[in-house]
Amino acid sequence: MSAFVQSATRRPVLMSARIWLALLIFAGFAALPLIAALTDDPFLMLIGTRILAYAIAAMALDLILGYGAMVSFGHAAYLGFGAYAVAILNSYGVTDLLVHILFAVLLSAVFAAITGAISLRTRGVYFIMITLAFGQMAYFFFVSLSAYGGDDGTPLQSRSTLFGRDALESDLVMFYVALALLIALFAVATRIVGSRFGRVLIGTRENPVRMEAIGLSPFRYQLTAFVISGCMTSVAGVILANQAEFVSPAFMSWHRSGELIVMVVLGGIGNLTGAIGGAVVALLLEDWLAMLTEHWRLLFGVFLILMVLYSPHGITGALERLKGARK
Amino acid sequence: MTNLFILQLLNGAQLGVLLFLIAAGLTLVFGIMDVINLAHGVLYMIGAYLIATFAALTGSFWAGLLLMLPAALVVGLVIERLVIRPLYARSHLDQVLATFGLVMIVNEGVKMLWGTSPLSVPMPELLNGSIPLIGPLQYPVYRLAIIAAGLAVAAGLYVVVNHTRIGMLLRAGASNREMVSALGVDIGKLFSLVFALGALLACFAGAIVAPILSVDTGMGESVLILTFVVVVIGGIGSIRGAFLGALLVAVVDTLGRTFGPIVLRSVMEPAAAGQTGRMLAPMLVYILMAVILFARPQGLFGQRTS
Repeated sequence: MSAFVQSATRRPVLMSARIWLALLIFAGFAALPLIAALTDDPFLMLIGTRILAYAIAAMALDLILGYGAMVSFGHAAYLGFGAYAVAILNSYGVTDLLVHILFAVLLSAVFAAITGAISLRTRGVYFIMITLAFGQMAYFFFVSLSAYGGDDGTPLQSRSTLFGRDALESDLVMFYVALALLIALFAVATRIVGSRFGRVLIGTRENPVRMEAIGLSPFRYQLTAFVISGCMTSVAGVILANQAEFVSPAFMSWHRSGELIVMVVLGGIGNLTGAIGGAVVALLLEDWLAMLTEHWRLLFGVFLILMVLYSPHGITGALERLKGARK
Repeated sequence: MTNLFILQLLNGAQLGVLLFLIAAGLTLVFGIMDVINLAHGVLYMIGAYLIATFAALTGSFWAGLLLMLPAALVVGLVIERLVIRPLYARSHLDQVLATFGLVMIVNEGVKMLWGTSPLSVPMPELLNGSIPLIGPLQYPVYRLAIIAAGLAVAAGLYVVVNHTRIGMLLRAGASNREMVSALGVDIGKLFSLVFALGALLACFAGAIVAPILSVDTGMGESVLILTFVVVVIGGIGSIRGAFLGALLVAVVDTLGRTFGPIVLRSVMEPAAAGQTGRMLAPMLVYILMAVILFARPQGLFGQRTS
């Protein structure tokens, strides 16, 4: 109990510091097009959009992983639902971005509600493996969906339209739309975490038996959080499909789910700002290592193991430890 | 139709014993050490690469197999010492991340050492060819040999686990780790043993399947997830569960792929049936898992822990 009370009283200060940090990150993103213009590097916008999409996904995963202690190893599936929502609706001539997002969210909500209800009957290692298996199930479904290219995927005819205009064809507009979505979803996630719902979720993480004892059903809260998280992740999938103008099952491979977890842990779990930061750092590190050598995965793997063994709380943990040492 | 059924049943049994060899180690590592090891599929791949190398060096499959076994044991012990041991006291999340890192390292390392093009292992002369089953039905001897080898290992494991002192410790460890260590058993040594045994079984599976598959870096991934399904269905820590789970998963998978479209054809038009069948078949195993877990969240032979 004491840990819970402590974190609840400590939270307002920490919370606002984290929100300021998040605003700083958003400002940095907003200035990115300026840097792209100055360095005359048009690819920077595409890289930026990709990072924004993964930031949304990592934040969504942190909502259940960090605040609800549900280690979902199948979250890449929702990236895929978002991406295929764009491809499928496009092929039927429905191109509006909002409709795409709505369809993606609907699809994800149904899948998350069904698989979540089954997965949440279990705990710990079982939960990890079951979410992984359900993620693979979705993956294989799209691999055998030959109408949309099967294993190879399919290119998009065009990007989504915004209120009937093809504004997203500009990488710059695409980037800012992605940024706006990230900020909006960050606001939603922050509200959720701070609400009564969020407190019950955190309480369930700390001690589900106790939550039941005070008359709350952990299952319902956990399942709702699971569905919300899946829906948010699918928005990232919609952005990714538009960024790449290409959709394939590779978005949903279990490696991708692993990378999402890496981002969350890198940023420090249970910390929405950290998840965004973790996505930025992980993707930049990948790109940087890939420039150094074609065998970058080897280095990334070594980095992962060292991080787990020596800095279990990610960047935020390392920073907070530094701050503590100075005091 | 019956012939096709028997053929596919045998194929299912062959996949089943392979899955069992891999899942047995995985379920012990989960059950006794409480460690989730994503890198277990990678060990299966290493087994295949090791036999490809040793068989090419010695010119004989059997000599390659003999050399592979001690090498696999060493690989298992080294991985346990360097990566797994520091993770015992950590959360499952940390274990997932570190072993995910290990998967990346080994996959890339194998690419650097052996290149990206697939290797092949020659079929041993002794087991080449096919034998007649019923009527015109022929079945490759080597595949039957895989089934026999898998069943032999399963029987051996059964004897070891149920009728020896080490097996008693393994069973005790799976049901209550703290108590075993409180009774004066060197739990560290037991863990090393369990992990090395699991590594050996997975490498053995990779080695014996190498002659009928192409050996490449993706081979660990495809079995890993299926093995997870097997372990979850069978119940964590239960070797008997792993055996039945493996056979169930493999048979459902193989039969579903062949007979799914045929069954569907009786209720819908052929073109649609083929399409739907192809889409549903790969998902069948996961649906099976969902149904079993819905009824028994702890798996068929798992113990309910708190």
